[in-house]
Amino acid sequence: MIAEDIRQVIIDILARIAPDEDLSDLQDDVAFREQMELDSMDFLDIVMELRKQYRVQIPEEEYEQLISMSSTVSYLMPRLKDVESPA
Amino acid sequence: MVKYDTVIIGAGLSGLAAGIRLAYFDKSVCILERHTTIGGLNSFYRLRERNHDVGLHAVTNYAPPGTKTGPLSKLLRQLRLRWDDFRLCPQRESTVAFPGCTLRFNNDFQLLLSQIEEQFPAQRDNFQRLLNRIDEHDELSLNDVPTSAREIVAAEISDPLLVDMLFCPLMFYGSPTASDMEFSQFVIMFKSIFYEGFARPFEGVRLILKSLVRQFKSLGGELKLRSGVRTILSENQRATALVLDDGSTIETKNILSSAGSAETIRLCRGRTEEDAPQPGEISFVETIFSLDCQPADLGHNQTIVFYNNTPQFRYDTPDEACDVDSGIVCSPNNFQYGDRVDEGRIRITALANPDIWMNFAESDYIREKDSWCRRIVDSAVAHVPDFRSHVVDTDMFTPRTIKKFTGHLNGCVYGAPQKIRDGRTHLENLFLCGTDQGFLGIIGAMLSGITIANLHLLKTP
Repeated sequence: MIAEDIRQVIIDILARIAPDEDLSDLQDDVAFREQMELDSMDFLDIVMELRKQYRVQIPEEEYEQLISMSSTVSYLMPRLKDVESPA
Repeated sequence: MVKYDTVIIGAGLSGLAAGIRLAYFDKSVCILERHTTIGGLNSFYRLRERNHDVGLHAVTNYAPPGTKTGPLSKLLRQLRLRWDDFRLCPQRESTVAFPGCTLRFNNDFQLLLSQIEEQFPAQRDNFQRLLNRIDEHDELSLNDVPTSAREIVAAEISDPLLVDMLFCPLMFYGSPTASDMEFSQFVIMFKSIFYEGFARPFEGVRLILKSLVRQFKSLGGELKLRSGVRTILSENQRATALVLDDGSTIETKNILSSAGSAETIRLCRGRTEEDAPQPGEISFVETIFSLDCQPADLGHNQTIVFYNNTPQFRYDTPDEACDVDSGIVCSPNNFQYGDRVDEGRIRITALANPDIWMNFAESDYIREKDSWCRRIVDSAVAHVPDFRSHVVDTDMFTPRTIKKFTGHLNGCVYGAPQKIRDGRTHLENLFLCGTDQGFLGIIGAMLSGITIANLHLLKTP
């Protein structure tokens, strides 16, 4: 997957976690927490969704890499580069 | 061969919510329910062609659509549900009615604030200090030291009438302990009732339960009704299997029980009565009246009225079958449903003595119900318009009814006084959720199942 695919994967996960949220104007460099009020329960869910769908294991001390869209994408790039894009 | 990752005992709000979490993350999960229908302590039934709710008067923790924080939005996210799946309609207005003093409140906290300023002007700053303590408290901590809410509130508020009037609705809607509450429970209830407020789906609790079941089943979860658990088998401190009422056995890696702590321990083979924690004793009767008009036609517009007729509010197991001096009047019609109209209803709930209700001879039971029903209404009409000539149908449930349909000892609705916040038991893979875990109310019950599932059952891949 390339960065663009990974971004879409994260958008899909966020849409499942918060189906009532409008994600079209999500800003990639601003923390999810600030834009969507995600709490620790929600971050755990992003981690578990990635594990469920792509078998990516993210150790607890690296959760902070998932703070915003751009940091999440760069963190996941090397880990998902050999995975086929879902679309 | 191990069949399930997790078997959940009880298809109430907590069990169903936990089931959704587990099924969503691809765990094989089966919910076992002894009764013929779902819901547990918050259920529904049909009698003489009328739909009735049990338990739920109102969903507390209301938040309008678009709210991003707070228990309701947290819950919806965790269950991957939309706000519309519960279709909550906010209350109109509720009251706490004591001799010579009535406090009005609704889902806008400003109303309660101004009511207290008006009727207890000397307590204004004290009340603000109490609010600060409430705001600072982390009520959801899973390992906090129990403290008396009465002591903390009385240290700030010097007028005992106001203290009682604040405690009355919070106790009625969730206290498992007589006379006092644990401060965390007080804070949970205070926020859920006064800060967030009441709402109800037009269709009642069945809409919420049906949304949960639909979600659970669509994720591959299994739900078995008429499947009571008789025994939990264990080996080396681990539960291994469950034996059902019909004698069949189900193997599982983990068990999550919403049956209650005492009730669950009693299921474990080799455990005696003395090992089991004390079940709670606070129980209620509820009388349900169907009317030939809307409550508003009689001039009754309140959603909930918490009333008390005595100088000091008493929240305790009464010496008689019921305590008619205080109670809750709920009018399910008085929520903001838009133009939808259902048959007029008044429900009145009062404290009851479980032992007395359990021990009535079958031949006396119906007569006692009739007689207490009349006494309860006689007392309640001091606070609501006299609706008695408009009643077209009456039903009543008692601690005996609650025990029969939910299995909770004493027909206890708010669980045991001793909460088990982290859900652990003497067996390392048997966990508790629901009333005995300790998050309260409709939203709290679901969060209880979610929290325990997240904490113990979802961490391992």
